[in-house]
Amino acid sequence: MKNDYILEIEDLTVKYITEDSIVSAVNNMSLKLERGNTLGFVGETGAGKTTTAKSIMRLLPEPPTKIESGKIIFNGENILEKSIKHMQSIRGNKISMIFQDPMTALNPVIPIIDQIAEVILLHQTKDRKAAYKRAEEMLEIVEIKKERGEEYPHQFSGGMKQRVVIAIALACTPDLLIADEPTTALDVTIQAQVLKLMHDIKESNNTSMIMITHDLGIVAEACDNVAVIYAGSIVEYGTKEDIFNSHAHPYTEGLFNCIPDLSKTESELIPIKGIMPDPSDLPTGCKFHPRCPYAVDRCSKEEPESKEISDGHMVKCFLEHRK
Amino acid sequence: MTQKLLEVNNLKKYFDTKRGKLHAVDDVSFYIYKGETLGVVGESGCGKSTTGRTVLRLIEPTEGEIFFDGIDINSLSQEVMRKKRKEMQIVFQDPYSSLDSRRTVYESIEEPLRVNKIFNNRTDLSNRVFELMNTVGLAERLVNSYPHELDGGRRQRVGIARALALNPSFIVLDEPVSALDVSIQAQILNLMERLQDNLNLTYMFISHNLSVVRHISDRVAVMYLGKIVELASYKNIFINPQHPYTKALLSAVPLPRIDLKLDRIILEGDVPSPINPVPRCRFYGRCPERKEVCKGDLPELREIEAEHFVACHLI
Repeated sequence: MKNDYILEIEDLTVKYITEDSIVSAVNNMSLKLERGNTLGFVGETGAGKTTTAKSIMRLLPEPPTKIESGKIIFNGENILEKSIKHMQSIRGNKISMIFQDPMTALNPVIPIIDQIAEVILLHQTKDRKAAYKRAEEMLEIVEIKKERGEEYPHQFSGGMKQRVVIAIALACTPDLLIADEPTTALDVTIQAQVLKLMHDIKESNNTSMIMITHDLGIVAEACDNVAVIYAGSIVEYGTKEDIFNSHAHPYTEGLFNCIPDLSKTESELIPIKGIMPDPSDLPTGCKFHPRCPYAVDRCSKEEPESKEISDGHMVKCFLEHRK
Repeated sequence: MTQKLLEVNNLKKYFDTKRGKLHAVDDVSFYIYKGETLGVVGESGCGKSTTGRTVLRLIEPTEGEIFFDGIDINSLSQEVMRKKRKEMQIVFQDPYSSLDSRRTVYESIEEPLRVNKIFNNRTDLSNRVFELMNTVGLAERLVNSYPHELDGGRRQRVGIARALALNPSFIVLDEPVSALDVSIQAQILNLMERLQDNLNLTYMFISHNLSVVRHISDRVAVMYLGKIVELASYKNIFINPQHPYTKALLSAVPLPRIDLKLDRIILEGDVPSPINPVPRCRFYGRCPERKEVCKGDLPELREIEAEHFVACHLI
């Protein structure tokens, strides 16, 4: 059977152009997401995770954003060629996004039931009664009593607000859900509730998902495939097993070495030296070479291609340290 | 490690609100041995930061005793307390807002030395500033930089240099790495461990991140809604937790491993309001193990084995 991809990104390059500088946020990124799968985007602040996600939603203002090259193929169509009007019919309907901070994602002066019904009225039906009925169903799916629908966001806790955001995102049963650090603003016991809820809804609707996170624990729990992103490029891509058991890129290795592990008694942290490069002034060659413990001469001169080291496991490194 | 540097007895901090008394810290007792790190964990609103600030009297306690090096600092006058604070410092969570954006690195680090009139000539003062920069791993070329020119890790190094300037023996670290990326977080954690060894420091390390607390702490206090529910060595807390809340909290952390499958305890609902709480176990409403006896009085923090304290009726 031919692979069924919900999303394919080919050679995407996104820049922010201002008077003072050109910021290279995403550099020649390519990836594929199979229908029904969850892909984790892992990386640190400024790696380009959110820019990629917002490019898929076409939510970046142009200017200053410039999508320099590439294709974003969603359900077989390149959405970079679509009109604004067409994008509006996709956003919130076929592709939805959950933002990091539920405190700012909701409108503070509108009751939550109206905020959920809004997206249904926009995309699915003109019948107000049916839309509000569906909105009440969504509240129940995210385990909020429907009687509370008339209340305003400030009357809910952080975890409940995030559940309202999830209800809005899933109200039209999208094909693709992009979750941008959905639990970072939440406490850990509440995070556990929200992750379980997202998992259950995803399973029952067969939704494909991109999970943006900096937490490898969440990746281990929620993702099928993982893209490790550094300075706007995917440096390593593979199944969860590839990334956790046989990662090959020095940056991925560095990420695993520098997090304390709750399941181990003694562990020495090995930090990655230096800091993230300035995206308006990226180093030549491999973007990671100034921080890489294995860098050789060649790494500062040539940019490595992404190589397949085993079935579907891609690494953007010369891998001189493994020879 | 047998001498207690800090001993806190029945510490309370209540805030008056329109809806009643908010019990931020509610009858908390603990001690910290000289040279050790006490980790304090809990979720937002559990009172961990208020506890940290109250033991330094940056927030005045409502009630309780705070012995530092044998002296009850809660009975000191403001003036004497200000001098005492040279020995007791704090590093804040957010290096983006805890530094004055109009001061250079030099001016920020110099400030505590100047305010306390430690040196009477400029050369000694500037030598000390450079020495501190060196201690925390800040390159000398950054001396005239402003905070916005530095990344988060370097800003936090400035915050640590300020805290170290007066040679304290005790530092409250209030979520010092929470705002940092993981690769930078490891750099700062290693720095703090090295400083503790070299300068013989005692830490109170406040964090919501259990993995970080496990890594850095000798003993750990778990807080819930203004109360310490469990206090023990890090090994006992993480390998042999007794309180139902500690167990649920630990099981909720997603581990960066795919070879372990955990039985997760998912708690119902949210943390209740700390305003006028019902005088029974604070965890009652969410506890998966609650029984009839739990409806009664507040459970006291009892020592169930050497140095392992739990506040639960069922244990």
